[in-house]
Amino acid sequence: MVIGSGPIVIGQAAEFDYAGAQACRALREEGVSVVLVNSNPATIMTDVEMADRVYIEPLTPAFLTKIIAREKPDGLLPTLGGQTGLNLATELATRGILDDYNVKLLGTPLRAITRAEDRQRFRKLMRQIGEPVPESWIVEKDGELVELSRQSGLPWPLIVRPAYTLGGSGGGVAHTPEELIEIGQRGMRLSPRHQVMVERCLVGWKEIEYEVMRDANDTCITICNMENLDPMGVHTGDSIVVAPSQTLSDKEYQMLRSASLKIIRSLGIEGGCNVQLALDPKSFGYYVIEVNPRVSRSSALASKATGYPIARVASQIAIGLHLDEIPNRVTGKTLACFEPALDYCVVKIPRWPFDKFTSADRRITTQMKATGEVMALDRSFESALMKAVRSLEVGANSLRYKGASQWSDMEIESLLTTPTDERLFAIAEAFRRGLMIEEVAGLSGYDPWFLHKIRGIVQMEKRLRDHAADLNRDEAAGLLTEAKGLGFTDRTIAELTGRTERDIRALRTSLGITATYKIVDTCAAEFEATTPYYYSCYDREDER
Amino acid sequence: MKAYLAFADGTLLEGISFGAEGRSAGEVVFNTGMTGYQEVLTDPSYAGQIVTLTYPLIGNYGVNVDDIESRRVQVAGFVVHELSPTFSNWRASESLDAFLKRHNIVGITGIDTRELTRRLRHHGVMMGALSTNETPEELFERLRAHTSAYDDVDWVRRVTTPEAYVWGPEKRDAKYRIALLDCGVKYNILRELADRGARTTVFPATATAQEILADDPDGVFLSPGPGDPNLLGYAVDTVKQVVGSGKPVMGICLGNQLLGCAFGGTTFKLPFGHRGANHPVKDLTSGRVVITSQNHGYAIDGDSIGDPNVEVTQINLNDGTVEGLRHRELPVFSIQYHPEASPGPTDSRFFFEQFLKVIEERKR
Amino acid sequence: MNENKKKIIVLGSGPIRIGQGIEFDYGCVHCVWALREAGYETILINNNPETVSTDFDTSDRLYFEPLTLEDVLNVLEREAPYEGVIVQFGGQTAINLARPLAEAGVRILGSSADSIDLAEDREQFEALLRRLDIPKPAGRAVTSPEAAVQVAHEIGYPCLVRPSYVLGGRAMEIVQSDEELTAYMRYAVDVSPKAPILIDRYVVGKEVEVDCISDGVECLLPGIMEHIERAGVHSGDSMAVYPPQSIAPVTIGKMVDYATRLAREMHVVGVMNIQFVCEGDEPYIIEVNPRASRTVPYLSKITGVPMVQIATRCLLGESIASQGYKPGLWPDQPNPAVKAPVFSFQKLAGVDIPLGPEMKSTGEILGQDVDYPRALYKALLAAGIDIPLKGTLLATLADADKSEALPILREFAALGYRILATSGTCRFLRAAGLDAEPVNKIREGAPNLIDVLRSGRVDLLINTISKDRHIEREGAEIRRASVEQNIPCLTSLDTARALALALEARKNGDPFDVRTVDEYLKK
Repeated sequence: MVIGSGPIVIGQAAEFDYAGAQACRALREEGVSVVLVNSNPATIMTDVEMADRVYIEPLTPAFLTKIIAREKPDGLLPTLGGQTGLNLATELATRGILDDYNVKLLGTPLRAITRAEDRQRFRKLMRQIGEPVPESWIVEKDGELVELSRQSGLPWPLIVRPAYTLGGSGGGVAHTPEELIEIGQRGMRLSPRHQVMVERCLVGWKEIEYEVMRDANDTCITICNMENLDPMGVHTGDSIVVAPSQTLSDKEYQMLRSASLKIIRSLGIEGGCNVQLALDPKSFGYYVIEVNPRVSRSSALASKATGYPIARVASQIAIGLHLDEIPNRVTGKTLACFEPALDYCVVKIPRWPFDKFTSADRRITTQMKATGEVMALDRSFESALMKAVRSLEVGANSLRYKGASQWSDMEIESLLTTPTDERLFAIAEAFRRGLMIEEVAGLSGYDPWFLHKIRGIVQMEKRLRDHAADLNRDEAAGLLTEAKGLGFTDRTIAELTGRTERDIRALRTSLGITATYKIVDTCAAEFEATTPYYYSCYDREDER
Repeated sequence: MKAYLAFADGTLLEGISFGAEGRSAGEVVFNTGMTGYQEVLTDPSYAGQIVTLTYPLIGNYGVNVDDIESRRVQVAGFVVHELSPTFSNWRASESLDAFLKRHNIVGITGIDTRELTRRLRHHGVMMGALSTNETPEELFERLRAHTSAYDDVDWVRRVTTPEAYVWGPEKRDAKYRIALLDCGVKYNILRELADRGARTTVFPATATAQEILADDPDGVFLSPGPGDPNLLGYAVDTVKQVVGSGKPVMGICLGNQLLGCAFGGTTFKLPFGHRGANHPVKDLTSGRVVITSQNHGYAIDGDSIGDPNVEVTQINLNDGTVEGLRHRELPVFSIQYHPEASPGPTDSRFFFEQFLKVIEERKR
Repeated sequence: MNENKKKIIVLGSGPIRIGQGIEFDYGCVHCVWALREAGYETILINNNPETVSTDFDTSDRLYFEPLTLEDVLNVLEREAPYEGVIVQFGGQTAINLARPLAEAGVRILGSSADSIDLAEDREQFEALLRRLDIPKPAGRAVTSPEAAVQVAHEIGYPCLVRPSYVLGGRAMEIVQSDEELTAYMRYAVDVSPKAPILIDRYVVGKEVEVDCISDGVECLLPGIMEHIERAGVHSGDSMAVYPPQSIAPVTIGKMVDYATRLAREMHVVGVMNIQFVCEGDEPYIIEVNPRASRTVPYLSKITGVPMVQIATRCLLGESIASQGYKPGLWPDQPNPAVKAPVFSFQKLAGVDIPLGPEMKSTGEILGQDVDYPRALYKALLAAGIDIPLKGTLLATLADADKSEALPILREFAALGYRILATSGTCRFLRAAGLDAEPVNKIREGAPNLIDVLRSGRVDLLINTISKDRHIEREGAEIRRASVEQNIPCLTSLDTARALALALEARKNGDPFDVRTVDEYLKK
């Protein structure tokens, strides 16, 4: 039996249909008969072709119990239906319903799930295995707050967040005991439960994620690592994310990879898991932020970014297969037991609903607000970024954003400092106005490497404008090639040079500047691929 | 400035020069690791090779003073898709471009490295030449005239230390004393040993068994290194004698091949080698798989090893090639990949402990 | 891969957003499957990493690309020769590319760019309706506040106003008076000759949604869904029931006739979605979309009619009859199904929750059972409205809604609900003989409404929107508090009525059974 994730809500979108559909297919290929439950019929997983028995019923313990009683499944796969599926499975297990009907929980054991999900137990485990977690305190009374503020050796600054408020509003960063008391008291007043969470402030640290897998034989691999452009403080679902990481040396990459593997081992996960880490941009210091002991939005992204089908393999692991017994479906020759090598850059940008919800608070924080996301691949970061931007359908065909030129300098500064859906465009506008990389880095916390790339895009806007007149000359070929390599569309080039999109297309085609297509093959061309997918670029060889 | 990369099969790729200006030639190989270019560049096992990285964005985190694996840049040339014009990392001290200039290594950027990799995958590795100051015709001419193919050169002699040296704690602080046969050692092997209390004496590859064993080391370590093991008869002889002494011996990479040869095995050249940080290796005893860092162009033919006491302990999951050997009676084992990582995953670092444990047991 | 196979390109629907959800990915995937089954080589272009459509083994070849004209043309150039491009399953994203692709000489399979444009061009479309003698609510486009008032007087209040250039109900409002209309024209929207405002008579009636498949001549209507909330609530935010519970057969007959004639006249090939509002027996057309709608997967599953597959076969030139289906309305299935929206307000500070013409839900679910009340209950439960059989209800009602609310509140009281209300409402209810307890308004001092909500004792909030701005400011605070406390808040009396009916189903114990999708198709 597989439990889906129910309706699409912010934080749980189509990724679980993808995961569930893959799981159903993988299980049936292994000869397992699948009972599928989900309340959301707008999914592929609830197609009668996908599972042997499909139930579209409410996802509550009571209804699931009825289905279990009726179907008497041998096993329940809990880790593919998002937090909804996982919570339901946990509840069915703790209520004894799984035992009553002799249903085995497949894949990651319940013990591992609770260890990862229960804050206190997770922190304890991390301390046992020597993995650092940020210090934190829960405060509910003024007295406790005062007591905390007097403690010596507190890791200042501290971030204070009121609990159970929407969007975590009303919190702040405290640098002194006085500020801690002031912000803490305000936070408690704002919290419906008069509770605040005080934590070591990691704002400005790099946020890095690893997608890892483990089988019952304790073989562990990492599928992908990802670097958030937005530093800590923004939910990863609301961050612009790049894969693989771009600014980590091998030492840092391996340090965090090893930590992730150590964590998945210590938890005893059998299947996939997502590990989020915060890395100090100025030392080897890092903290473990969170672990998702299940297939997640990040794993869907990692699957598409690498070609490695995480949900499918996790399902196969759940029924007892080992990683070295599962074929790699993309190459057809090698096994699922390896780590994908990327030879392109992947950029994900969240899609926020602020175009519909004009009154909504556009600030993005630790509470996710995006309804969806887009992904783009290319050989250059710039082009992957530009493709992702135009995939968003927010009226931007490049980093030129409607209204950006009307922003005051003050507004830009505030847009850089306070993350919103418009920050990327504000960064570009800041460079248009001549701000230095160091200034923008200081305000936004973006790594200078990314900023350098974004500034390069902005500089190309100017270069195209400057060469508007002599675009037909031979020398322009180099400029056009460069612009296409950076992801400029014909339309943007046309706008910048005062021509039509059709003109530019004709011009560049005549110069032989056309898109080529490369393959996502999980292995950076080391092996041949049989079921590949393609992305465009302006590189030499076309593989299509 | 323009630069060209020419191949023995007549292919010519045009790119932009970086690093030093000039000319070079070598066997063109690809590495699929996504990080660790500085370690790759300074790894002696890449001597004589023009290395291309399949990851397209290179130089992002610059170059630092720590992540070097030998005293110089070893590659014959460096080929990338996009050299980052800037770098960003707290440890970085200079750009990759400046680093290569300083070490006088020719680089080329703006190459479709995926095309290049696919070519090498189809045709196998081949000789290539790189230049910033020749016409394509001159370049091909030089490539044709290039007398020594990669496989004909004893690269080990070129990269090994001219004289023995010591790495690690002072004698009185050392828990172990290791002798290492340097066929192209990476510093991180010495660092890993030192971190575990071992003081390592590094001997030139041409050292005799007597020299190596003279100071009665606790164990002997056979390092990785470049080139065809068939040219290393002298080292194989040394290894035979060292193994015969009954000392604990651990070999990695070329060291694995030397041991295989010492046990009567033969080696063969892989079509395009194993170079990267994602190679799955299965331990035949536990059934467990580790992801390994690899860099080798030759492999042992497992069936060729005559000695019945020698068993293959590990295999590569991708192509089934030999990844580890063990002698059933002697304290001798080896692996084909790099437990010292650098670059790459550190999952198999436990082999250093295993080696030192064998030494401990022998001491008791 | 067989190089001799004919190729077809399917455009995906891009990122998930309000108004364009997972339903469109469902359509694209099924379209690809149908094409593969029909022996075509399929190429899919999409950029959403979360979906099944971008799974590498869904299509023969996947291109992970932006869905812009240039990016799509680049792929098409590379894949030439091909049979054509399918845009009708990829939501507005793909539909928007129909015209530019057609202009670039690309063959669009199924309904042409002209058909698509026809449905969106108000003048052309109205002319067509007149010719076919199909009614629509009276209305016109205006470019000034003065003209707006004049038109409003002609057609009578209430009126539905919206800018002509936005889709999906953004900035749409129902106005009741000259003042409201003028305020809307002056402050809510930018009016100019290039961006006229549409004013329609607001028909107070049942809204009905019809999805049909056309082969160009004949039309198959798998099912009709009746909205539970009255017209004015965006179709994506309304609950809806299949088959219709209160629509007369004669009305249904008219809708089938209108749909069939419209599809033929508009040269629709493939899927089309029509929204009607019914006044008496007469259905008025309010919107036509010659493309797959949000309800396609729902109807496919409820009726067992594989809509996307049949439509795709139509795109390939097959007729509905040749596929073994009889044109016209597909027979009603025995077990009713209720679709309910799901919102994500908990995640979005600053967004007010009342239902209206602008869509706010992020997802939808389905409840199915042997009768309507039970299906309703399941739908509400699945949508997260899990309230006890006996409990406490807090009602804050606009004056205009009080009389209508009375019988609904009576039903809740009969079920055993304790009813709390603000002083005015409380007096009204008591006068009508309903036992209610007063609660302080926010400014009347503690414990007020918010305190009561936060106390955890309230199970359900019914809050209707007042036209009075002072009262409304308080209303927004109350609704926010309910979201924070995770207390279901209903802003439409229709939803409240449905909830009472659903609870009724549970009055005598647990009457619910579970069945598979296939089993529900049987009696």
